[in-house]
Parts: sequence; structure tokens; C-alpha cells
Amino acid sequence: MDNMQKQELASLTLTQAAGLLAKGETSSSELTQLMLERIAASDNNAYITVNAEAMAAAEAADARRRTGQSLSLVDGVPMALKDNFCVRGMKTTCASRMLENFVPPYTAAVAEKLADAGTVLLGKVNMDEFAAGNATDTSYFGPTKNPRDPRRVAGGSSGGSAAAVAEDTAYFTMGSDTGGSVRQPAAFCGVVGLKPTYGRVSRYGVVAFASSLDQVGPLNKTVEDCALTLSLIAGCDPRDASSLPSPVPDYLAGLKGAEGLKGLRVGVPQEYMGPGIQEDIRQNVKKLISDLQAAGALVEECSLPQLEYALGAYYVISSAEFSSNLGRFDGVKYGYRAKGYDGYDDMLRRSRSEAFGDEVKRRILLGTYTLSAGYFDAYYLRAQKARTLIIEDFRRAFGKYDILLTPTAPVTPWLLGTAFADPSQVYAMDMCTVSVNVAGLPAISVPWGVDRDGLPVGVQLIGPALSEDRILQAAHGVEALANSGQIPGQKGGAAHV
Amino acid sequence: MEITKETVLKVAGLAKLNLAEEEAQRLAHEMGKIVGFAGKLAEMDLEGVQPTTHAVKLENVFRADEMQPSYPREEILANGPERDEACFVVPKVVE
Repeated sequence: MDNMQKQELASLTLTQAAGLLAKGETSSSELTQLMLERIAASDNNAYITVNAEAMAAAEAADARRRTGQSLSLVDGVPMALKDNFCVRGMKTTCASRMLENFVPPYTAAVAEKLADAGTVLLGKVNMDEFAAGNATDTSYFGPTKNPRDPRRVAGGSSGGSAAAVAEDTAYFTMGSDTGGSVRQPAAFCGVVGLKPTYGRVSRYGVVAFASSLDQVGPLNKTVEDCALTLSLIAGCDPRDASSLPSPVPDYLAGLKGAEGLKGLRVGVPQEYMGPGIQEDIRQNVKKLISDLQAAGALVEECSLPQLEYALGAYYVISSAEFSSNLGRFDGVKYGYRAKGYDGYDDMLRRSRSEAFGDEVKRRILLGTYTLSAGYFDAYYLRAQKARTLIIEDFRRAFGKYDILLTPTAPVTPWLLGTAFADPSQVYAMDMCTVSVNVAGLPAISVPWGVDRDGLPVGVQLIGPALSEDRILQAAHGVEALANSGQIPGQKGGAAHV
Repeated sequence: MEITKETVLKVAGLAKLNLAEEEAQRLAHEMGKIVGFAGKLAEMDLEGVQPTTHAVKLENVFRADEMQPSYPREEILANGPERDEACFVVPKVVE
């Protein structure tokens, strides 16, 4: 195979790779070997751990296919998991010194489902430490670089997941999303990222960040791949009591390109089109609005006034639950234990202080503060009440619109090592995504052109609970418009305003 | 919203984290800024509003109380930083 053929094979979508495998034009061993070579050659630091058993798994998939015993359409396709998904016998670090050598005795439900479908696990990908961050720059194992411009951040916290898809070192990946951690890195790296409805996919075996907000979701090269991946992982799981018993629809059935946009009622919340949004991103969204209208969608500006409070509610709730979830790391049953301690309490303090990074400590402290006596009513309880109003705002909007359209992030990826005056400025970058988690809704980020520097821009489509089929259909339409060559800032596309 | 260094040190004690003086000072400043977001919540009229703990409403989820196999002891102990054949070992906690 020459280099061009290799590049072609590596850049296949999941759907295409599955098609070639079915026709016998490639093999799982060939694809897996290629991915492993590319992982070894990449400087982007997308992977933390490479699965030593990947080739053996690929050979087993090929053997199944030869004897007509393929487990699914995607049997043998190589993929990767964010390093907060437990896989029995394989290190799961959460990109933290705390879990640097942790080898889980059990496997996450999603990893199990993907293995049952025959996919080949290439390894575990980089993330912000314990998923607390939005740039994958708090990883104990160093930052992930953005494959679209390696001087820049990949986004986060699922930055390794997004970068692996963007640099073609996996045909798809899994991430987790507590406040935008799948959608924002997807936007930053120019790929598709979906956060399903809270409870749509089992979180069993995924290390918890904020339990009332966490949901896992796929990162893909196309919307079709995304629908296919979701159909593999969605569904109820008795081991995750928050998972929903609702039936899983056929997510691929509704995909019909720009046709699917006809008559679609789209609301554009003005709260996410204001001064906090980078000007050229706003222009990109405006271009999409006119393209959607030309495709037959009914697009209208709208207002969800409570969204203004979502960032505050999110940081209070997420930090509180984070601090509570990270209480389990005590250096007793697993994880890092300091040396030279004096007694039990000192062991706990030293172990936690030495093994957690700055951002993790900051959020633990913030969460402990808002939960502590005298502050609980002012912060945590207030945030839970604000949450009720934010949910009601969305409910009203979905009485009028099928989906809501927003930028995924207010900015495009910043330079690695950018010094921000204080963390609150970095937290504000999550303004467009956190409300979705606060309300438990599904949302997808789809690439939509580039900014003035040629960096990817993503748009977010939000739907009511359990409307994954609807937002995938709309996203498929947006993707078709993007591929028709009219994307702002790209060759042949409309000029910047 | 102002958060003092003393408050940070007290909270750090609750969270079992050691902080140096200057670290606590820096964190006090940063946490004050972050709590500023939450300060916006004070503007809201929340009289009579019920708090939401989970966005998707699920009634209590029960399962049958049946015995199920657990994990082999050696596997669970394997990740322990200090262990003997049957237990995780920690410093003495009772006199």
C-alpha cells in the first residue's frame, strides 16, 4: 500500500469502513495496523494508552467475518474510548496522577456494547484531568494538540476523542459531556459530537464527574456515523439507575440530507448570539440561518431569558457534585498514596494534595464551599431552583420550535498556553453548552465553516428530551448544506461579511 | 463576592486538601471570581420555585433483592496501595 492509499483508507468514515469490510475490500487487521502506525507517528498526544491486544482483536474480527459470523455491521472497525471509561484489565487514568496506575476490574457498559458489536479498541484517549476543563490542557499526561492547528488547544474535556477522529487515528471515539465536553472539542477539531439525553446511554463504568449532568456520547466524522454509533450504545441498563427505559428508535431512518430541513421549525436564542460570541462565528450562524430558510426551514429569533443564569447554576451544581464524587479518592482502595505520612488523616490529605492537579483542586474547593454550612441555601439550593426555571424556559421554546440553533462555542480554539486573567474567563467559554446539561437535553455539534483564521466553527442543535432522531435528522441537513460548498470562509463558499 | 484566604483554608480542611498560604490566597481570588457567576443567581426571583435534582424525572428504580456474584477478592485488592492477603492496610485509626 502506498502512502496515498493509506491516507485514503485512514480518512474513511465509519460507514465507509464498515462497507469496505463487508465487501472484503479491506480487513480489520489492515485498518487496525494502519491506525496503530498513525497513532505512533502522531505528535498531537491524543492517546494516553494504546491497547496491546488491538491486533489480536482485529484478527478475531477478520476470522469471524471469513466464517460469516460477524457480530454487527461495524465488526472489526477500530475505535477509541476517553480515558474515563473503565475497561477491565486496561489502565484507566482519567488523565490524573491519582489514577496513573489504576486497572479497573470491570468494563463500562458502553465499552461492553461496542465490544459486543465487534469493534476493535485501539486505546484510551486524553482528556482534562477527571474531565474538569475545556481545553484538555489539565491532563497529567500533557495537553492534546488540535490536529487542525497543532499550536492550538483541541478543546475539552474530550479533547483526545475529538483529536483522534480529526487526525484519523480512530474511525470514531467515545467521550463524556457534563457541560459541553463532547460538543465543544468536536467543534474545535471540526468533527461531529453528540450529547444524548440524560439517561439515554448507560454511564455504568464511566468515572463520575457530576452525576446529575453527566452523559456519554460519540464523536464522529459524519452525522450518519454518529447516528450509527448512537444506535449501538443507546438503551436502558439496570446498572445505571438513571438510564431511561424508553425504546431506542432507528436513528438512521430519518436521515435524508437537506430534504429533512423542509418545514423544520428552528428557534435561534438571542442569548447565544450576543456580544460574548466571536464576530465571525456569529456571521457563520447567520449564513446558516439564511441557508436553512432557503432549504425550507422556518427560522426565527427567540429568547430564553433564564439562559443568562445557566452558567452560574452549572458551575455551582457541577462543582458541588464533583467535590462529592471525588471524595472517594483517599489512597486506600485504589489510586495514589503519598509516602512518609503521619497517621490516617495526613495520609488522606497528602495523597489528595499530591495527586490532584490545580484545576481539580479548585473545583473540589468550590464545590465544598457551596455545599458547606451557611452557603448551601445561597448557592446549591438556589442553583437547583434556577435549574427548574431553565428547564421551563426550554419547555416553552419547544412548544414553538422543533430545534434550537446556537453556536457550539463562543470562540474558536485558542493558542496552547494562553494566559487567562483568572479561571472564570475560561469557564465563560462554556456559555452555549452548559444549559443543555442543566436541562438534561440532547444536543449535537456539527461543523459549519471556518473563522477568519481558517479554524473550524461548530453549530449546536438542541432538541427536547429523547429527540435524538430529530436533531440527527436536522444535523444531517446542515451537513448536506455544508457539503454543497456554500460554507462561509471556505473555498468556493460565501465571503466573510 | 469576596472569599477570604481563611475561608479557603477552612474549606480545604473539609475537602482534605493541604494548601500553602500563597496558594490559598490565589484560590481565594479565583474562587471569588467564579462565585461571581453564581452571584447572578441572587437576582432571580425564586420564591415558591421547587428545586430540581435531576432533569429527567424517574421514580425510584428498584430491582429484585437477589444474590449476585461479586468480584474475586484478589482482583479488588490488586489496586490497593498497601494490602495484605485479605485487607487494605491503613494507618492505625483507633487508640
